[in-house]
Amino acid sequence: MNSRTEEKIAVNILRLAALSAIAVLLFVIIYVAYKGAGSLTMTFIFENPRDMGREGGIFSAIVSTFYLAALSSMIATPLGVGTAIYLCEYTTESAVTKIVRFGSDCLAGVPSIIFGLFGFVLFVIYLKLGWCLLSGALTMTFMILPTIIRTSEEAIKSVSYELREASYSLGATRWQTITKIVLPQAVPGIITGVILGVGRSISETAAVIFTAGSALATPESILESGRTLAVHFYIIAREGISMERAFATALVLIIFILLINIITYALMNKFIAGKKT
Amino acid sequence: MKEFMDTNLNKNNMSETNLSAAKVRFDNFSVSFLPDKPGGAIVEALSGINLSVGDKKILSVIGPSRSGKTSLLRSVNRLNDLHPNFVPGGDILIDGAPVYASSNIDITALRRKAGMVFARPVILPLSIYENIAYGPRLAGNNSKPSLDELVESALKDAYVWEEVKDRLQSPAASLSGGQRQRLCIARVLSMRPDIIMLDEPTSALDPVSTAKIEETLIALKSKYCIILVTNNVKQAARVGDKTAFFLMGRLIEHDDTSKIFTTPRDERTENYITGRFG
Repeated sequence: MNSRTEEKIAVNILRLAALSAIAVLLFVIIYVAYKGAGSLTMTFIFENPRDMGREGGIFSAIVSTFYLAALSSMIATPLGVGTAIYLCEYTTESAVTKIVRFGSDCLAGVPSIIFGLFGFVLFVIYLKLGWCLLSGALTMTFMILPTIIRTSEEAIKSVSYELREASYSLGATRWQTITKIVLPQAVPGIITGVILGVGRSISETAAVIFTAGSALATPESILESGRTLAVHFYIIAREGISMERAFATALVLIIFILLINIITYALMNKFIAGKKT
Repeated sequence: MKEFMDTNLNKNNMSETNLSAAKVRFDNFSVSFLPDKPGGAIVEALSGINLSVGDKKILSVIGPSRSGKTSLLRSVNRLNDLHPNFVPGGDILIDGAPVYASSNIDITALRRKAGMVFARPVILPLSIYENIAYGPRLAGNNSKPSLDELVESALKDAYVWEEVKDRLQSPAASLSGGQRQRLCIARVLSMRPDIIMLDEPTSALDPVSTAKIEETLIALKSKYCIILVTNNVKQAARVGDKTAFFLMGRLIEHDDTSKIFTTPRDERTENYITGRFG
């Protein structure tokens, strides 16, 4: 085989690989939309489920999902960004940083069901929080922490050393340099990590069932149990309660995730543009 | 060139008498860097430097790469402290006060006192105004009128005011290379320093911008003690009152610029300034 045909074959195989990823995504979205669009009405969104989800809507699930995602990212972001700042700015590469980094990578690889079990034992049983959104959010915090640490770390590292030096040479302390120069530059990267985390906590089921439970009522506080969209979908599909409503729920879930992505990318572009002009 | 040398010589002879008060004095100063890994070699960047820099003078520091010029500058404002393996020896005295020996020195105050301009003009990702106000704000100055005045006078002293006065709020990244470097000088001036250190400030600039920076430096010397590290031997001759030649971490020769460039005592100095190596 001469090198030109080899090149052609390689390009086509790579093209096919890239296409298949997009094709799967499109297929999933179109299939879910096709199956779920029929049941997706305003009342479906704004009514609470009745008769285990056979009737009514998914309002309580939307509220629970919002609580869980907001709460877990609110706890995980400061922890993750703080860890990243510490690793990048306050330590030199040493055994300690390697252990922290390796640990966080291992955390990222732990199956979610194990997080669920851990959260169940620690928060629900031992700390006596019971099945509630707080237990779920704390469990999700541990799950999304590695993502936020890693992306924040990359974002902070990508800020040039020269900028830091210039800041120090103008009489700034380390902390002033971080807050005034490094973090503003790293914000787009950090937000990407947080969004990935939010997406993960919205779509998680196993760990959430174990810790936040699956109560159908609208939660009035974070100390009550709640059923997120993903859990609701899982339960009504698995127990054969209503496939149509399951797909409509899935459609709402997908739309939420798409919306979050689109809004943050738009905000981020605006933010970056604001920095430049 | 010859004429320039002569006038420079006269000027230096006249001021020879009041040189006793050194602004910055390197006292048997040395810099070494420990190896990154156990078993590696210790790098001696500077050893046994004795050198005085007078106030309201420009000292040009010349020498080939790896001669320790940059380490010298970065030791004065303790920027080398950021390097985990940095080990200083001897001391540097600013107005007679030791930079390394005293344990309770305020490093941020030291860095404000000895401002630094880097080889590449580093623009903070802020507006032109905020770039200049950055140092004073960190020092606790938050009064708008006072900052306005500082920004204006710093930009004027760095000869960049006319070019930027109508767009102080636009991002500093919109400036050209030469303007950026003068902005960096203005940024240092706004901290009201005593000493200005420049590390090859024109190495990334075109000849026109370089000439402007040199003009700026000569104008500034009436108020500050300036240390100019340069790879450009001719620049050292044009700007410096005194010139110090470094080689392999050692100070080979230090004298009036005119003497260094006409009758250097050391053969290595002569070889370097005539371009035989470096």
